[in-house]
Amino acid sequence: MASETLSINHNGYHESYLEYQGKHKGIWGWLLTTDHKRIGVLYMISILSFFAVGVTLGFLIRLELLTPQGTIVGPQAYNEFFTVHGVIMIFLFIIPVISAIFGNFFLPILIGAKDVAFPRINLLSWYLYLTGGALVLLAIVLPGGAPDTGWTFYIPYSVRTSTNLIITLVAAFILGMSSILTGLNFISTIHRMRAEGMSWFKMPLFAWSLYATSWIQVIATPIVGITLVMVIVERVFHVGIFDPTLGGDPILYQHLFWIYSHPAVYIIILPAMGVISEIVPVFSQRTIFGYKFIAFSSIAIAVFGSLVWAHHMFSTGISDTAEFVFSLLTFLVAIPSAIKVFNWIATLYKGSILLEPPLLYALAFIFLFTIGGLTGIIQGAISLDIYLTDTYFIVAHFHYTMFGGTGFGFFAALHYWFPKMFGRQYNKKIAKIAFWFVFIGFNTLYFPMFILGWMGMPRRSYHYLPQFQPLHVLSTVGSWILITGLIIMFTNLFRSLLKGGKITKKNIWGGETLEWQIETPPTFENFEFEPKVFEAPYEYKQNEIEKEEVK
Amino acid sequence: MTTQEHAVENVHRDDIRSRMGMWLFLFSELILFGGLFLMYSVYRYMHQQDFSIASKEMNTFLGTLNTVILLTSSLTMALSIAAIKKGKKGFSIFLQIVTILCGIAFMVNKVIEWSHEFAEGNFPGSSILANKPSGQILYFGMYYSMVGLHGLHVLIGMAIIGFMTVFTIRGKITKDDYVKLEAAGLYWHLVDIIWIFLFPLFYLIT
Repeated sequence: MASETLSINHNGYHESYLEYQGKHKGIWGWLLTTDHKRIGVLYMISILSFFAVGVTLGFLIRLELLTPQGTIVGPQAYNEFFTVHGVIMIFLFIIPVISAIFGNFFLPILIGAKDVAFPRINLLSWYLYLTGGALVLLAIVLPGGAPDTGWTFYIPYSVRTSTNLIITLVAAFILGMSSILTGLNFISTIHRMRAEGMSWFKMPLFAWSLYATSWIQVIATPIVGITLVMVIVERVFHVGIFDPTLGGDPILYQHLFWIYSHPAVYIIILPAMGVISEIVPVFSQRTIFGYKFIAFSSIAIAVFGSLVWAHHMFSTGISDTAEFVFSLLTFLVAIPSAIKVFNWIATLYKGSILLEPPLLYALAFIFLFTIGGLTGIIQGAISLDIYLTDTYFIVAHFHYTMFGGTGFGFFAALHYWFPKMFGRQYNKKIAKIAFWFVFIGFNTLYFPMFILGWMGMPRRSYHYLPQFQPLHVLSTVGSWILITGLIIMFTNLFRSLLKGGKITKKNIWGGETLEWQIETPPTFENFEFEPKVFEAPYEYKQNEIEKEEVK
Repeated sequence: MTTQEHAVENVHRDDIRSRMGMWLFLFSELILFGGLFLMYSVYRYMHQQDFSIASKEMNTFLGTLNTVILLTSSLTMALSIAAIKKGKKGFSIFLQIVTILCGIAFMVNKVIEWSHEFAEGNFPGSSILANKPSGQILYFGMYYSMVGLHGLHVLIGMAIIGFMTVFTIRGKITKDDYVKLEAAGLYWHLVDIIWIFLFPLFYLIT
């Protein structure tokens, strides 16, 4: 950023983290940085690049499904498309997106710290992420072809396929390591680096959600790590652990895979819920309703979410008792999720609402996540799941929770914190136009899939019956609207980096958390003074007046 | 919400933070192995007879010897930390080197043991093993996977302790700042503990 953005106060010049010149200069100042803010920006660039690849593949999948028979590619290419789309979107985009970008950038600031607990390990995490991403791309371009197993790598096909599966599995393992290291970094940061006075219950809710997320990352990720390694070992050495012809048990693979991959759903959604818990009070200028309930519901989701994995396996022939238990536990996850939704709505109630772009995305999150969550209950019921399993209903459900939830949570966070991160304001009017394109496009794209699934359209299918075509066409048109919206949104944000109005105001939205009390963009040291915290994070004026009266 | 009082101080060293990070890492390592232990228990439950027959092929003497070696190395590791705490730099370096030597001895034994198993055809993909019941194939599959991953950890642990020895010689690990050595020690004890579970599962239970 240009030097005009510098402001002068009693402490002299404030050099932002973007201009800071440390031991390494220029590009090396970025590639070898241990500054959590720069690492956050590095993650932003790399994650958005992979997102672009994932969106392109999604676009191609939808284009292919425009007609019941082949449209643009053959069946093998179609299988590779949806597999790589899944691998990129899940491992490279949606799992790290909020915690790696905004967690890195804002967690230390929110709790009044200068950096994360282990800055060098933080940089290592980014390099591991990049290595994993490069390997995923390598698996696409190398001869042999991109993996075609689906992102779940189910046995026995994953030991049979001749595509470049091993590279993809290695990539997923490395990305898992990156995720574990970020997790342990955040846990240590939250435990040991909070500012004076920042007790657990004065922490912003985004920090709480990252805390719960980090624990799942540390606890659950190693399981999928070893499971994927065992698939590699199986393919290379034929040890028989998973291969049914040698006595292995494919169902055991599914258990081990979902023991991680279901909690991963909460690794994905919890940071987004944290973002919403930050945005809702700011744009309704009210104290968050039920702070402790929201904080503890994150932990409850982390705990319950770790015990529901077999609801992905109702149709595999697991015992009735197991089905019953896992179905019940699945229903229980709805309770903490609903607690959050009710508290957000209660916060909005009678608030002085500012309908700025971040809040629009946050409201869309609440709406879409509610649809996603409630359809999850439908599939948690065994009798219905047997009918709906492996249909487009599940495709619609997880896109509503993952994209409608975390995707929109990410867009909300992006519009909320972007001006703080770069000291530039985007065009709000265009941002709102982009929002409506994204929102309408999203629903046009995914809602027909619920109906398709209910009608019996199987997922991952290249051909389909002619009677499904109208809804598929509608869905494909939705994808075009959605992508138009995404292009408008990111062009607007990118344009603001170059031409947007410069901001030096510390608190552009009227937030009460610590990031709004430091320079825009933040200085290298984050805080010019050691921050001290006396109050809970969302004490807005009307409450302060009440307090004065009490005193 | 805040007031600003003190000027920025340098971030002080926080050994508790470092230890916490290490413990969390070890926790994730335990769960990594946990996945394998889970697979082992499922397959042992499914094929009790075959696991029992296959485990008789193990060389219990070498297994026991390795257990003794690894336990001794954990002792020398712990003592090297105690030595540096008392400022006995030379003695600490000596004990660290002994730890590494124990690790090497462990790996040499492993090589002897594995080449013996290979000679008998008890390795994945061999035609001899392929003709045995699937329970025995699984036993050796689990054996090579778990012991192999453990061996990899022994090698990594030796490399880490090697770095620590260099750090101690160069004076980066001292009486007042030994948290790195402590973390390396924790890692080595993890390697030891995993072996303590692997040993009975593969060699002793029949």
